[in-house]
Amino acid sequence: MANASTNIAAAGPRGPKPRRAISGRNIMIYGTLGLVALYYALPLYVMIVTSLKGMPEVRLGHIFAPPVEITFQPWVKAWAQACTGLNCDGLSRGFWNSVRILIPSVVISIAVASVNGYALVNWKFKGSETFFTILIFGSFIPYQVMLYPIVILLREMGIYGTLGGLVMVHTIFGMPILTLLFRNYFTSVPEELFKAARVDGAGFWGIYFRIMLPMSMPIFVVAIILQVTGIWNDFLFGVVFTKPDLYPMTVQLNNIVNSVQGVKEYNVNMAATMITGLVPLTVYFISGKLFVRGIAAGAVKG
Amino acid sequence: MNADNFSVQIKDLDLNFGAVKVLRGLNLDINNGEFIVLLGSSGCGKSTLLNCIAGLLEPSDGQVWIGGKNVTWDEPSQRGIGMVFQSYALYPQMTVRGNLSFGLKNARIPRDEIERRVARAAGILQIEPLLDRKPAALSGGQRQRVAIGRALVRDVDVFLFDEPLSNLDAKLRADLRVEIKRLHTQLNNTMIYVTHDQVEAMTLADRIAIMKGGKVMQYSTPDEIYNRPQNKYVADFIGSPSMNFVEGTIKGGKFTAPGLALDLKGYDFVGGKATDGAAVIGIRPEHVVTGELVSGAPFQTDVTVDIVEPMGSDTLVWADLGGAPFRIRMDGQARVHRGETMRVGLEPARASLFDVKTEERL
Amino acid sequence: MSAVRRRPKLLRNLNAKFAAMPMILTTLVVFVGGTIWTVVYSFTNSKLLPRLNFVGFAQYERLWNTGRWETSIHNLLLYGVFALVFTITIGFLLAVLLDQKIRFEDAFRTILLYPFALSFIVTGLVWQWLLNPNLGIQNAVRSLGWESFSFDPLYTPKIVMFGILIGGLWQGTGFIMCVMLAGLRGVDEEIWKASRVDGIPAWKTYIFVVIPMMRPVFITSLVLVASGIIKLYDLVVAMTSGGPGGSSEVPAKYVYDYMFTAQNLGQGLAASTMMLASVIIILIPWAYLEFGGRKRG
Repeated sequence: MANASTNIAAAGPRGPKPRRAISGRNIMIYGTLGLVALYYALPLYVMIVTSLKGMPEVRLGHIFAPPVEITFQPWVKAWAQACTGLNCDGLSRGFWNSVRILIPSVVISIAVASVNGYALVNWKFKGSETFFTILIFGSFIPYQVMLYPIVILLREMGIYGTLGGLVMVHTIFGMPILTLLFRNYFTSVPEELFKAARVDGAGFWGIYFRIMLPMSMPIFVVAIILQVTGIWNDFLFGVVFTKPDLYPMTVQLNNIVNSVQGVKEYNVNMAATMITGLVPLTVYFISGKLFVRGIAAGAVKG
Repeated sequence: MNADNFSVQIKDLDLNFGAVKVLRGLNLDINNGEFIVLLGSSGCGKSTLLNCIAGLLEPSDGQVWIGGKNVTWDEPSQRGIGMVFQSYALYPQMTVRGNLSFGLKNARIPRDEIERRVARAAGILQIEPLLDRKPAALSGGQRQRVAIGRALVRDVDVFLFDEPLSNLDAKLRADLRVEIKRLHTQLNNTMIYVTHDQVEAMTLADRIAIMKGGKVMQYSTPDEIYNRPQNKYVADFIGSPSMNFVEGTIKGGKFTAPGLALDLKGYDFVGGKATDGAAVIGIRPEHVVTGELVSGAPFQTDVTVDIVEPMGSDTLVWADLGGAPFRIRMDGQARVHRGETMRVGLEPARASLFDVKTEERL
Repeated sequence: MSAVRRRPKLLRNLNAKFAAMPMILTTLVVFVGGTIWTVVYSFTNSKLLPRLNFVGFAQYERLWNTGRWETSIHNLLLYGVFALVFTITIGFLLAVLLDQKIRFEDAFRTILLYPFALSFIVTGLVWQWLLNPNLGIQNAVRSLGWESFSFDPLYTPKIVMFGILIGGLWQGTGFIMCVMLAGLRGVDEEIWKASRVDGIPAWKTYIFVVIPMMRPVFITSLVLVASGIIKLYDLVVAMTSGGPGGSSEVPAKYVYDYMFTAQNLGQGLAASTMMLASVIIILIPWAYLEFGGRKRG
């Protein structure tokens, strides 16, 4: 490597300092992370293997062992035959209930919150900031405080125990975080753009649909991720505001697994648990960094 | 031959970020007590080079020597350097005194010695009244002084500055520039200073290294760089407004181009004498002679004034020369108007000639 | 100006007011109205249905004389202190590990965060299965030869809250880790460079420079974890249903049970008002720190 321009023999250290791949530091870091990752991954693994075993094999007690003989019977049973109370048509009922709750709740809560956030940023009116502050602080009030008044409210409106009532509850309690999300996003849109559109004669809805909406697709995706996982995972509202034949999946799952009657079929229970977790897990693994962005948006207070 | 003569030496330094070559076979010798400025536009590798000298980045190949010692594999703190950052990088939860003494305490230097050094640095930088404040309570200029103080207390021979004035407003920048220069004359240690501001470079440096694409384009005194740029890039980069370039041909000791016919007598060729062929001539706007002085110039011609930009201290005139725009810098009191024809004079001895292909100085 | 008649004040910007109507109704009717309603009715002797028959602090006296409520509060405090300390500490340490410019960072983060995407019911049921004394972890360890090994928190009243804590930490630490990681990434790169030039070891830089700089992130995490702890309900329902023998009861469950199954509305409302009070106790110092800090900054 002798170079004509170097007049001193290039002795001694040069280039990057050699490092051993297996240094004490690396062992510490990767070792710890590996163990922690194992702890976090283990329940998912156990859930899957248990759900693929037959009951005789489960009773052997080798909870961490992979199934000797893979069977999908527990999944079939959990989906179509598991009993809650008198109904024995499996989790499928809860699944479809959850879907019927999820879709209108996600659409309405996001529509309401995005328009609201847009109005808060670009069309401020007297008192709008006050209401927003109350909204954010309101999100810290324990749900238990507001449960009964809402029951009365829904009863007066004649929608207590219906899907419509639950959709309204999800819209109400999704509002603080979603409004915050959209408000922060719309704040970052240059105001000049809004002013230019106004000069061009566009009004409130014109600017929202023609300018803000097309620009904000990423934040809508984040909101959808947030709401799909949040609403799917809800238990309390489902149990309080719906009737047994409309129970969402989480409620039905808990009733199946924690029912005191009959022999416990752990493999069916784990299959049911797995099926319930599949929707948010799929959303999570597909969305990747957007999921992180969604929860980070919730962490940063406006 | 003797490494001890140099304060800092860079030998065949390469640095790659994946497939991107940021520094390529870079060599640089810096004498004791020299003020060196690394100058270039963003992405030229100047900050990367500084970080390599500091040991904050690991080179892919090559060596760094400081004070006659090969420090390529040494930690930054063992290299005998102090560093000042663009964002000041003060520890926000500590007082100024805490900021200055944190590194020393950690190095287990005796308390009275720490106090002595902090007092000395505070004295030099005139920040004694600020010692018990936190960085948040300081102005930008004061923060930067504290940042310099943190380098000062380390009692080292080499100071590294990474665009230290970029976050300050124009007036403060000019003030602090003078202070840094004064600091250098007072301490007389080696300083390596990264900037993209050519005024800072010209005013501060003993020598400037102009960088582009991970290579040094020219490494010499400000005077040399301004008057004898080694290549077209350096010629274009230094000077504001920038140099006029006109493409033409050299034949028999004469440069000809549309609207120009210059006798190159008096031009100091790199090779000693002219070679015929295509060439670019570079003429600085401030070297164009106007007014009564024109009669003394070796070459004279008429140009049409296109745009006049009065700037107070001078006036910049955009004229038309042989169909191409040509910048002329005139006195601030000069009264010229658009559409006028103006007589100007050129001096080949103050011009620069470059090869069309290699863009190297002829 | 005088020629143009402006619309009455209330009718100006009408579209925006219409768009904000759900927010206005939510804040006024549900958040403010609902809270006031609950507090007011907590001073009545409502049983199955709300009745405005005021009995002063009788419901509260009864509440604090009920063993189940005392257990609930005790459990929540126990769970709360450990959950706070462990979530914040583990979350921060994991974030620091992930911040060491390691390979497979995304893979590690994905694994550590996925429980957060699951519902408390799923989390609770999985851990109920893992902690099953006859077929779960205890049995697995015993079958390795350590016959006297005992790890049965869900059926041991004294440590049942720690069993629930295991599930809670598994679900929530990944989230706090992400918040902390974002905080660490927000620290100016040049601060790290400066500390290297100063020769400060990394652990000292974390303790004396980075952690003090991340104070707002820690406060945010604290508030997030704390408000989650007070809501603790689904996890208990799924893991123990309050058992064994009522030893893992929590306030949120107390409220639900009295409101919707025990038909003692006044008692449930008094308990929920106590929950509100505890949130306010957390929230006020935080709001003070947050907004007080902003004024100074």
